Amino acid sequence: MDVLAEAFRLIITLDEDLFEILWLSIRVSLIALVISVTLSLPLGTYLAITQFPGRKFCILLLNALMGMPPVVVGLMVYMLLSRSGPLGFLGLLYTPSAMIIAQVVLITPIITALAIQVIENLHQEYRDTFCSMGVTGRRAVAAYLVDARYALTTCILAGFGRAIAEVGAVIIVGGNIDHLTRVMTTAIALETSKGNLTLALSLGTVLLALSLLVNALVIGVREYAGKRQYA
Amino acid sequence: MKHLIIIAALALSAHSLADSIIVQSTTSTKNSGLYDYLLPILTKATGVQVHVVAVGTGQAIKNAMRCDGDVLLVHAKSAEEKFVAAGFGEYRRDLMYNDFVIVGPQADPARVADASDAIDALRRITQAGAKFASRGDDSGTHKKERALWREAAINPDSGSGQWYLETGSGMGATLNTGVSLSAYVLTDRASWITFANKQDAVIVFEGDPTLFNQYGVIPVSADKCPNVNREATQAFTQWLLSASGQAAIGAYQVDGKQLFFPNAH
Amino acid sequence: MPSALLPIRISDLHLIKGGRAVLGGVNLVIEEPGITVIMGPNGAGKSLLLRCLHGLIEPDQGQITLGHRRIADCRKQQAMVFQQPVLLRRTVLQNLSFAAPEIAKTNPQHLMHALEAVNLADRADQPARMLSGGEQQRLSLARALLSQPALLLLDEATASMDPASVLLIESLVRAQSAQGTKVILVSHDQGQARRLANEIVFVCNGQVVEQSPANQFFTASQNPAAKAYLAGEILI
Repeated sequence: MDVLAEAFRLIITLDEDLFEILWLSIRVSLIALVISVTLSLPLGTYLAITQFPGRKFCILLLNALMGMPPVVVGLMVYMLLSRSGPLGFLGLLYTPSAMIIAQVVLITPIITALAIQVIENLHQEYRDTFCSMGVTGRRAVAAYLVDARYALTTCILAGFGRAIAEVGAVIIVGGNIDHLTRVMTTAIALETSKGNLTLALSLGTVLLALSLLVNALVIGVREYAGKRQYA
Repeated sequence: MKHLIIIAALALSAHSLADSIIVQSTTSTKNSGLYDYLLPILTKATGVQVHVVAVGTGQAIKNAMRCDGDVLLVHAKSAEEKFVAAGFGEYRRDLMYNDFVIVGPQADPARVADASDAIDALRRITQAGAKFASRGDDSGTHKKERALWREAAINPDSGSGQWYLETGSGMGATLNTGVSLSAYVLTDRASWITFANKQDAVIVFEGDPTLFNQYGVIPVSADKCPNVNREATQAFTQWLLSASGQAAIGAYQVDGKQLFFPNAH
Repeated sequence: MPSALLPIRISDLHLIKGGRAVLGGVNLVIEEPGITVIMGPNGAGKSLLLRCLHGLIEPDQGQITLGHRRIADCRKQQAMVFQQPVLLRRTVLQNLSFAAPEIAKTNPQHLMHALEAVNLADRADQPARMLSGGEQQRLSLARALLSQPALLLLDEATASMDPASVLLIESLVRAQSAQGTKVILVSHDQGQARRLANEIVFVCNGQVVEQSPANQFFTASQNPAAKAYLAGEILI
């Protein structure tokens, strides 16, 4: 009860720190999502509808990347962005950009792999018709993306959920710096390590509420699409 | 793909501040709330924006050796001196101290409270077959604890996983583990005072002079790491070592208790 | 004006699937400008033949020319209606504008006329996949006809459809044929074949066993397989 009350108090009093952290969480994950989606949807569609040598290997690699622990992703991005790493000159370590990069690396394989599944199914259905109508190349990719829009929305929201709930990678590359790179998950980790379990859990409750919202959206999208036979 | 990420990252990195520095710090100073109290005062006095990355002392030193920080603020004197000797640091100064304490269950099954000194306390824990939770993360506290075991001529690794529990995590996580398992834990006093999940655990042993815990501050060498913001780093370090910085450290209290004792001379 | 894709010549067409020759040396010349109906028992290879004609399947051996051209050079002049209508997850009207983007841009009214022709004008803004089976097939036909194809292929397009839709589709096919489009349709429905066909091609076991004018086929077929099929026997 303490936890819910505290979570409720944080929200209704518009606790400034909470909203700063929450907003950074959302901002970082949204930007990461936008970058990921621009990369993964065309890539996923291409992989789903094109046959070329090495395609199987690409899909295998994506599936392997999908299962990679966030800490490993964080470490890789850290080594890359560290001052003594190859991209150290950019000065991105311990900034929100570093967290965005880590999240992009983390969720792009997920969204791509899910998109491949979705588009492959659609391709089974549309292939002959598109072939007959002479729809190929970019037009086909665009048509698949448009027609799979609802299923893809679900994939994208899944990616967002993963990004915003992730802690292992962002704490390494972001550093959990107050007012700069502290997000919901790293704040929860910090409060836990301070022994403020109630506060930590309250923050977790707020995150849970956000996650509920996202999932409600997923269900809503599915319902809408199902009703119109667009799923 | 890589290009796109870099471009996006560049576009987003506009906030990299000219007058900001990164402090690679031990966790106790951060978790105890010292920075939350001290940094606004420091920023007001010097204009320097400080970003704190709190990790174990061992990792903080490694991060600084990769040039991922401007200042090192940790508590493992010999490791710090090695760092400076290897040319990674400009110099090292004593900044402040507090002490380590041993916390454990109130019932104190190993009678640690009756120990004559810290070495005796550890012996009592092993003899009673009680559990001990260790950081196990090469942090300053961990280094101190290992030194004490060596002095006591006990090799706890033989009981690793049985009574000697190495969490491999920060002070807070280790305290959470220790408290839940009714284990003894060596912790710095500041972390303990500010730790909010004490349950029935208390300080069972304190006051041995060997438990002295010295914090040092080291500006990272601009020769080794050209990215170091030299001016801001100097301003930061000098203010901490100045009379007003030292006074501010001394004035920080939690629950009416002073957590850190300035000793920059 | 007769279709530009005549004559259609299929020579020595072989197609192997799963180690079995599903088309085993098809030789066929279609010169008749009207409606050709391909008939034959299940698994005879009718649909595969149609797909080869449309270039959806690459045969293992053999050649096809339409109006002395290869398939790749005249694909745009063909259109096909499949047994299972495949419609985009968009509205009825958007399905048409996707198939003919130029028309949608220059003459959107034409798309509405096309919908009127298949009795779907009042459904223009509904999701296409909410239509009934017969309506979906009518929309597929309207979509196929937008390009004014010289060759229209229908693969069991009216199987298990409501009678009103069947009649509407048949009349549209007949009208299209009258305008000079060559129509080839695969059908199981003898009644439909009698109603529509000018010419019958009878396929059995992956080969063309008879090709004759429709009235001759139905009244005086000499081929034992065709006779048995017409008599309603099951051919394996």
